[in-house]
Amino acid sequence: MSSRQRFERLLWPLVTVAVILVLWHAAVKLSRTNVFPSPLAVVVGFRELTRRGVLLPYAGASLFRVAAGYGLALGLGIPAGLFLGWKRAAAAAANPVIQLLRPISPLAWIPVAIVLFGVSNFATIFLIFLASFFPIVVATMNGVRGVPSMYLRAGTNFDLSPVSRFARVVLPAALPQVLTGLRIALGIAWLVVVAAEMIAVDSGLGYLVIDSRNAGKRYDLVVAAMILIGGIGLLLNVLVRRIERLRSVRWGFRSA
Amino acid sequence: MSTFPQAAADRAKLTIRGLDMTFRAEGKEISVLENIDLDVREGEFVCILGPSGCGKSTLLNIVGGFLEPTAGTVTIDGEPVHGPDPRRIFVFQERGVFPWLTVEGNIGFGLGKLPADERRRRIDHYVRLVGLTGFETAYPQELSGGMKQRVEVARALAVNPDMLYLDEPFGALDSITRLVMRGELLRIWGQEKKTILFVTHDIDESVQLADRVVVMSSRPAHIRRIVDIDLPHPRDLSSRRYLELRDSIFGEIGLAHKI
Repeated sequence: MSSRQRFERLLWPLVTVAVILVLWHAAVKLSRTNVFPSPLAVVVGFRELTRRGVLLPYAGASLFRVAAGYGLALGLGIPAGLFLGWKRAAAAAANPVIQLLRPISPLAWIPVAIVLFGVSNFATIFLIFLASFFPIVVATMNGVRGVPSMYLRAGTNFDLSPVSRFARVVLPAALPQVLTGLRIALGIAWLVVVAAEMIAVDSGLGYLVIDSRNAGKRYDLVVAAMILIGGIGLLLNVLVRRIERLRSVRWGFRSA
Repeated sequence: MSTFPQAAADRAKLTIRGLDMTFRAEGKEISVLENIDLDVREGEFVCILGPSGCGKSTLLNIVGGFLEPTAGTVTIDGEPVHGPDPRRIFVFQERGVFPWLTVEGNIGFGLGKLPADERRRRIDHYVRLVGLTGFETAYPQELSGGMKQRVEVARALAVNPDMLYLDEPFGALDSITRLVMRGELLRIWGQEKKTILFVTHDIDESVQLADRVVVMSSRPAHIRRIVDIDLPHPRDLSSRRYLELRDSIFGEIGLAHKI
């Protein structure tokens, strides 16, 4: 990439952000709203939140819940997906249940989560687990099923045992699709933690949003929290995309 | 090739007897192969030639142990074939290389049971043999189609099989690369002395490569004729004998040699 291209890649997003800020500011001024904050008011709101010392702890609390729920979903979802992908009979047995549970919004589970765990960290972790478990299982299962038979046959021809065939052919061949599922699931987990925190706990960025609204309609703080939520979500996505660029999996991604 | 039949050279490496293959699809039985008899000698290069979809790949898959025939037997060195075996490696089109492994990783794939230094030695040898020196740590997506095909051939040769089964290996390559690869395969065959079964639908390819060409009919496939290609290597593609042999196969398949 030439320095000019690099400059342009940085320039255009900045232009877009500047345009949005100008339009936002103008809209607030022209409409004379005293509920919705101007960009400047949001910056002030950010500083207030930092001064109060809630920003980092709340972001940390949200990230911790995602880490726990998503980690649990990884630990259970990947083995389950591998198993279901490998054993056709198991997939046939489990698939109707998965397909029925999968379209249920994780938010619909909130009452169930509260009954099971009360208003607690466990309730949110459970919701995040549910939200990310199904995409992980399904992507892993489809990844294993979609391994080209040619690779499997090559594995058999070179006299691999079933275990090493699985480890040396099936896993690496399925990995790109599994990673895509993991990235999507992480995005969903981050969406869900905010919603869950609005109801089931009293910390975290979701709680910050709803609490700022309820305690005196502080929309400057609401928008500040929203921007932080967006920023962290973006960062998570960038991190997973980094993994997708590793040389041994890059072949599976179109953007290679 | 000697013109005198020799006892040792005549001993069949591969024997196919009375082979039938029938597939069931939507309640109907489709006969794909009918009464195939074939002997292949040790070290021989045999092309199985036939129109697309005639069942020649099915035949190779049965010989490779990936399919069980409906009737008949396949024996290699006197043992019946009942499954894939690392002594006989199947080479697909270049799509068979593992994209998650480097050139070295692919070539060393079947060498897991060897000690590290022996493994290293074999990988180096076959990287050199197929002309991929300098690309050892490249990934397949960074290679051309011809180079990927070289990787697959090297991966097969590295486990020192005594037979290679090639299923239209050069079908996806452009015509110039294909010609180069044929030359390479013959050079490697001359050095490594493997018995080769090579499936193709390309008449020229079969006459350029093979000691014998097995001409198959369309489905259900049977053997129409086996043509001895009595041309020494390297073959002169404009010699009278080459053109005669090629034209006789064109005639056998029923193609007018004009467009």
